[in-house]
Amino acid sequence: MSFISYLVNGISLGSVYAIIALGYTMVYGIAKMLNFAHGDVIMIGGYVTFMIMSTMGLSPWLGIVAAVVVCTLLGVVIEKIAYKPLRGASPLAVLITAIGVSYFLQNIALLIFGANTKSFTSVVSIPDLVLADGQLTISGETIVTIIASVIIMIAMTLFIKKTKTGRAMNAVSEDKGAAQLMGINVNKTISITFAIGSGLAAIAGILLVSSYPALTPYTGAMPGIKAFVAAVFGGIGSVPGAMIGGILLGVIENLSKAYISSQLADAIVFAVLIIVLLVKPTGILGKEIREKV
Amino acid sequence: MKRILGLILVLVMAMSVVAGCGGSGNDTETTGSSTASDKFYIGGIGPITGAAAIYGQGVKNGAQIAVDEINAAGGINGYQIEYKFEDDEHDAEKAVNAYNTLKDWGMQILMGTVTSTPCMAVSAKTAEDNMFQVTPSGSSPDVIVGDNTFQICFSDPNQGIASADYIAENALATKVAVIYDSSDVYSSGIYEKFASQAESKGIEIVAAEAFTADNKSDFSVQIQKAKDAGAELVFLPIYYTEATLILKQANSIGYKPLFFGCDGLDGILGVENFDTSLAEGVMLLTPFAADATDKLTQDFVATYKENYGEVPNQFAADAYDAIYTIKAAIEKSGATPDMSVSELGDALKGAMPEIAVVGLTGKGAEMTWAATGEVSKKPMAVTIKNGVYTAN
Repeated sequence: MSFISYLVNGISLGSVYAIIALGYTMVYGIAKMLNFAHGDVIMIGGYVTFMIMSTMGLSPWLGIVAAVVVCTLLGVVIEKIAYKPLRGASPLAVLITAIGVSYFLQNIALLIFGANTKSFTSVVSIPDLVLADGQLTISGETIVTIIASVIIMIAMTLFIKKTKTGRAMNAVSEDKGAAQLMGINVNKTISITFAIGSGLAAIAGILLVSSYPALTPYTGAMPGIKAFVAAVFGGIGSVPGAMIGGILLGVIENLSKAYISSQLADAIVFAVLIIVLLVKPTGILGKEIREKV
Repeated sequence: MKRILGLILVLVMAMSVVAGCGGSGNDTETTGSSTASDKFYIGGIGPITGAAAIYGQGVKNGAQIAVDEINAAGGINGYQIEYKFEDDEHDAEKAVNAYNTLKDWGMQILMGTVTSTPCMAVSAKTAEDNMFQVTPSGSSPDVIVGDNTFQICFSDPNQGIASADYIAENALATKVAVIYDSSDVYSSGIYEKFASQAESKGIEIVAAEAFTADNKSDFSVQIQKAKDAGAELVFLPIYYTEATLILKQANSIGYKPLFFGCDGLDGILGVENFDTSLAEGVMLLTPFAADATDKLTQDFVATYKENYGEVPNQFAADAYDAIYTIKAAIEKSGATPDMSVSELGDALKGAMPEIAVVGLTGKGAEMTWAATGEVSKKPMAVTIKNGVYTAN
């Protein structure tokens, strides 16, 4: 019974990683850059919902909508101000800029909200699921997180495959120059990608702090890094890969905490990552792209 | 990597503030001026502005009450006390500046500093000058490296011993689980001492689960393991931020053991928007509870409220005891104000292992000191009842 509990909690944690990883992987796939500020957008999403729900006392739904709107705008603005002027610059310059944006967001949050921990009221109101005479309790947050991540995964896959904008994204990710020649507005497509990724980050943020309700300006930093690992694990650039990577990461993390050592959990997760990358350098679902000569 | 490092550094800084071991500020308080050597000049240093201000203000005010009482009762061996407090803003450099300022003022004895990081810097200076120093709340073992410095609060590792003793003496549990932060000195230091003391007291540690600074939001596994191991009590030698998560996650799987923590949990009720009903019944080792019924505490709390308009915290009580400890050491050694700083230092540090002080923070029992500077006193615990800390 404990095993099932570890597993369910691992899937729940992994689902949050997966939603964050989706943002990483989409942005990487299309803009070929690692948006290290992604984790901090999550934190902003958490604070926006906190302000609306707890400080103003309004409905959680309003909080969720506001967080998604604010984060979407934030994502677009960050892209316009910080990344777009560097589109032709070396990848290293963009990477450093992303780290700069990350610190900027953390410090802004410190300034506005202070360093004190805020306890987040869960947005989930469905009751906990108690199974097997109370030996196994699955929290409402866990259920909602898992369902939400599955829905988002399916929706994103359909969006990319079926809609015009989605196909434009695919085209830009394959060959920016050719896409432009085919009449696709590359800049707009990249903006939309940032908007979607950041909107998803808001949802991930709300789910994260609903399950683990301690909100600080650094809340998003570590999950952001873990999600990046998940994205690489699953094959960066691949939507189902991000999902699989995220869930595997969460499950491995929880099971190694449970059965090996709670101190070594992170070491084990990263060891698995190294092994996977040694065997399959592009990640589990990553496509191997031959350099064209 | 840089980012992770930055994160860890920030975390360490944040924690040192929470632990009550840092400093910041620059305010001055003078209680009079006299150049005659018929008075003892006691200086105080601590953060009365900045992020740790709440600690420094408590110390400043608590010590003031003790000084006023002693002066009104005729002083120490007939000598009045001159007391002056300088702000350090929880900053090591400013603390050293404050120390120099106080030396110019004529300080002979230092009551301070309040937080550990500045205290380490100032202790190095007092050791050079051989100035007698009593820190009310600098809890790191590193602050008492010099033989001239003494602590009123338990040192970090000793909180582990005191916790195990308290749990054993009050028969709170025989099967205990520990959840601690293996990446933090405060937490792992307490855990190690707790583990060895628990063993000798016949307490069985059925689960010792760690987390790290990089992995501290999901505690479901640690809690589940504690539950499966049948722990009746979960010992949390950690800070309150993680504790709020643990309490919530334990509650969500319907696990309701007794939770027991150290002074790092002090502040849990102040977390914005935290559902304090989750903390109901949590016990924590803290030196002082403002609602204790003994006369000493009640008088102190009443005076404090009258003078400063609020309920004193543990730091105020530590400072009050620090001043009375200095008084006891002076009386024991027969020191006089005309002695030099170093002579006073020698006399008082020689007297410290021989004195016993009953104060606000020892649960009515005597506090004694080892020559190393560590205090030995009766641990005291409070329980959170109806959303307030209540003395046991």
